[in-house]
Amino acid sequence: MMQLLIQRLALGLLLLILVSILIFAGTMILPGDVAQQILGQSATPEALANLRAELGLNEPPLTRYFDWLGGILTGDLGTALTSGRSISEDIGRRLSNTLFLAFWAAVIAVPLAIFLGLLAVRYKDRWPDKLISAVTLTTISIPEFMIGYVLIYWISIQLGWFPSVAIINDGMSVWQKLDAIAVPVIVLTLVVLAHMMRMTRAAILNVMQSAYIETAELKGLGMLKIIRKHAFPNAIAPIVNVVMLNLAYLVVGVVVVEVVFAYPGMGQYLVDHVSKRDVPVVQACGLIFAAVYIGLNLIADLVSILTNPRLRHPK
Amino acid sequence: MTDPLLKVRGLKIGATIYPPGEKPRDIDIVHGVDFDLAPGKVLGLIGESGAGKSTIGLASMAYGRGGVEITGGSVEVNGRDILKAPFRDVRRLRGGEVTYVSQSAAASFNPAKQIMEQVTEAAIFQNKFTKAQAEARAVELFRKLGLPDPENIGSRYPHQVSGGQLQRCMTALALCPEPDLVVFDEPTTALDVTTQIDVLAAIKDAIRDTGVAALYITHDLAVVAQVSDHIMVLQQGAMVEYGTTDQIINAPREDYTKALVSVRSIRHEEKQPTATPVLKVETITARYKGTDFDVLKDITVDLHPGQTLAVVGESGSGKSTLARVITGLLPPSAGQITFDGRTLTPDLATRPLDDLRELQMIYQMADTAMNPRQTVGTIIGRPLEFYFGLKGAEKQKRIQELLDQIELGVGFQERYPAELSGGQKQRVCIARALAAKPKLIICDEVTSALDPLVADGILKLLLELQKREDVAYLFITHDLATVRAIADSIAVMYQGSVVRYGSKSQVLSPPFDDYTDLLLSSVPEMKLGWLEEVLKHRKMESAGN
Amino acid sequence: MRVPFAALLGLIVTSLFFLTAIFAPLIAPYGMAEVVGDVWEPPSDQFLLGTDSIGRDLLSRMIYGGQTTIFIATAATALSFVLGSVLGFFAAVSGGWIDQTLSRFVDLIMSIPTLIFALVVLSVMPTTITILIVLMGLLDSTRVYRLARAVAVDITVMDYVEAARLRGEKIGWIIFRETLPNALSPLVAEMGLRFIFAVLFVSTLSFLGLGVQPPQADWGGIVKENKEGINYGIAAALYPAFAIAVLCISINLVADWVLGRTTSLKGGRG
Repeated sequence: MMQLLIQRLALGLLLLILVSILIFAGTMILPGDVAQQILGQSATPEALANLRAELGLNEPPLTRYFDWLGGILTGDLGTALTSGRSISEDIGRRLSNTLFLAFWAAVIAVPLAIFLGLLAVRYKDRWPDKLISAVTLTTISIPEFMIGYVLIYWISIQLGWFPSVAIINDGMSVWQKLDAIAVPVIVLTLVVLAHMMRMTRAAILNVMQSAYIETAELKGLGMLKIIRKHAFPNAIAPIVNVVMLNLAYLVVGVVVVEVVFAYPGMGQYLVDHVSKRDVPVVQACGLIFAAVYIGLNLIADLVSILTNPRLRHPK
Repeated sequence: MTDPLLKVRGLKIGATIYPPGEKPRDIDIVHGVDFDLAPGKVLGLIGESGAGKSTIGLASMAYGRGGVEITGGSVEVNGRDILKAPFRDVRRLRGGEVTYVSQSAAASFNPAKQIMEQVTEAAIFQNKFTKAQAEARAVELFRKLGLPDPENIGSRYPHQVSGGQLQRCMTALALCPEPDLVVFDEPTTALDVTTQIDVLAAIKDAIRDTGVAALYITHDLAVVAQVSDHIMVLQQGAMVEYGTTDQIINAPREDYTKALVSVRSIRHEEKQPTATPVLKVETITARYKGTDFDVLKDITVDLHPGQTLAVVGESGSGKSTLARVITGLLPPSAGQITFDGRTLTPDLATRPLDDLRELQMIYQMADTAMNPRQTVGTIIGRPLEFYFGLKGAEKQKRIQELLDQIELGVGFQERYPAELSGGQKQRVCIARALAAKPKLIICDEVTSALDPLVADGILKLLLELQKREDVAYLFITHDLATVRAIADSIAVMYQGSVVRYGSKSQVLSPPFDDYTDLLLSSVPEMKLGWLEEVLKHRKMESAGN
Repeated sequence: MRVPFAALLGLIVTSLFFLTAIFAPLIAPYGMAEVVGDVWEPPSDQFLLGTDSIGRDLLSRMIYGGQTTIFIATAATALSFVLGSVLGFFAAVSGGWIDQTLSRFVDLIMSIPTLIFALVVLSVMPTTITILIVLMGLLDSTRVYRLARAVAVDITVMDYVEAARLRGEKIGWIIFRETLPNALSPLVAEMGLRFIFAVLFVSTLSFLGLGVQPPQADWGGIVKENKEGINYGIAAALYPAFAIAVLCISINLVADWVLGRTTSLKGGRG
């Protein structure tokens, strides 16, 4: 089993490297180049040539890729074209802000989704189940930014409970910060809750339909005992899978929600610099988002290996 | 006479089905069944699929699987009607007084828990025994059921023991709480024939030693004859006949029972080999890509025109792989195949159309062998069009001829496979093979998925067609009764090799090699006391242990 | 064939949306970019939904916006389907290294979140409608590829496909006559879901300012243009949310019904 775990970790690493190549190559296919972008159409050829040399654009792509990768590995993400500031520094604070937001969304969404998923299974085909699926259908049919504005309109403007923008700074206490991010956290929760609930429900139902659950029923065991002793050990892996997959959704949802609430995080930083066509920033942010996404999927993979009885107790 | 342990009166069971595109509909599965079971006795419930036998078995635990619901009648266990009892009492009954052994132990054990915990769970939960007592009893049962290393096998996980062993563990699970009644639901059906006999013997001994009563559910009359005191024959949810095992087997009264008893009694005269075989398989060795062992080792067999070669063996013997090699789906690593005087190329893609046409195949699962989106007419018509270029009225005429040959009437052309019964589906597959005017048809377990009476009809049809069309069959099966019914020559396969090969009379007459002896002796016979007799004369332990 | 009420309702509403999109110039009371009133006028007989942040008729903006959004989503979905299902079937039927290469490449693309990937590409590409369509179509085709391949693999191991190969049939017959008819309903249901995804995605990009560019109207852009109004209690930015939700739910209802019918795969005419 150890071998399998190491193999998966190695595979994850390989994937990360391939993704870095893809992101790097993806930004190379642009018509014109970064120097042109910075100086605009009216730049003189000399100025362009100078800037190209300065940015190392005359080097072959392979060299530039390894320079870039080497920089990332040593914590140096380069400098932003538009501001000339160090990207690592800018990202540092924003990343922790983003994680703060995502963390609180996850803390609320994960237990709630699992609880509601269980509830839907317990009352399968009855009204709680139907209500839950109807709400699910609605929330997955609206883009997250629109949920954001609906909630701002309703909670912040009509009811006036929480602020409509989520601006936080270091001088704020945790409570002030939480007050500021309340609405975005609710939006993110809604965004992932629906998917997570639906998938939890399916995962548990799948386990509950197994023949060994029938065996347990025919032993006269009560429903709670059956769930605790027979369903739960087999449902851990699929549920962890569902949670990880949805945390990965959350990572993407964060980008849009930060823009809606003008929250000073990674997402807003990325979107800003995409419009400014600041390629080094986009590359760095893209890679970080992709790494988190791959990491979460990897964790799900590892958990399902670790909880598989066939792998835990080989013949 | 003592009071019955189980008394069933007017039992009615229904279910709601959800046909696609239609409104849900209620159907009756069991319409009014009565029977008694005395303590310590075994009642066999027998019938074909759809007879409602499993449903009746589970009803004795007041349980309905899926959407099944008990709609009427009474089920008394130890004098108490469990259908009217409060749910608390029903839960005390399940796993305490009445326990259950399912067909698939592999699915019925929780993969995440050790065997011992699962075997003793009900006994402890129902306060029959303390943990220590229950475990001691489980070990004793493991020993009685002939499981290896009974002291420690309980600490293993379900995937760590073989299928035959797990089925015994399931029996131990059912017997551990000292129930009054055990429901055995096809406990040996999923096992290979040589494993089945040992599990059957273990179950029989365990029933006798513990003095428990049992409902033994199966579709195989020969099996149930070995273990039961009485037999109830069911057909489509109603009782056909009830009697002692002796009476049902030796003097059945109803026609349906008579048919079940005399099933597989087709007698087929063995034909003599001709000068030139239609198929020569010479020293074939084959393995699957990415594996490091040969699935087929040095196979050499002949098949003569208009005759049947039965290739018989258990799962994993390589018999289906042989079919894949002959059809060109799996090119062999050595050896050659001659078909109708021509050497066949190893790979399907390089074979001329005539070779493909003259070598047809019929599959085990007729369900998956026909495209669900094509009508019977299209399915049978395609080879006519593809090989002979038939069109329009000419094609229609030929399709109807083929349908007549397989004894399906007018009006079947427009039907879809889902609108046919199991036997009809297999007949259409036969017609599709015949349409190509083949010299050889490979039949891969073509009757295994069918109920015995339906299977008999298919075998009779195949024999009839062989006479008329002079087509040869390579008949792959695990079922020796089928072999006896239709073979001219037989090849017995074991672990990738042919261990015995010759004409039917040679192969089936002594002296036997050890494996053939084991295989032949393991096929349940429709007579009382067969099991004990066989076990006395065994030479070799079955492969499943 | 009986169509259940929910699916019928979904079908009708979906058709209404498409018809409105097609005949937008005939239905819209004013021009797309025509400034006809004051800023954020409340709904009135003259402007049924009021006016937007620079005084254009909001109803007309919504109708033209629907046209843009639905057109982009439809084109992207069509592209992703043609590409994804052709490659998916091809990979499943050929197997071997072709399947391996394609599948691993798709795994790689899918290991990057779609939005992030799109943002990376849009940082260097001009945001024209064509590029949006191609980008979304390509990214989404990975999901269609996976489904088509999985469905086709399930079908190609069926005995009836083997029987066709043993008969000597060509790959065209095997794909179009044996495989495709049985793969159709899961693919059609998926098409609904992919279309919804495309609508949400293009709206998101436009909202971020990286999709459809003004003055062209589209639903995501309308939110962006009017979002400041929310702070003054003006609901203009919420209309697109409502439109998208209604469209997506309707399509979901239809897709659910189509998918439900897949269980009757073996049910012949069903």
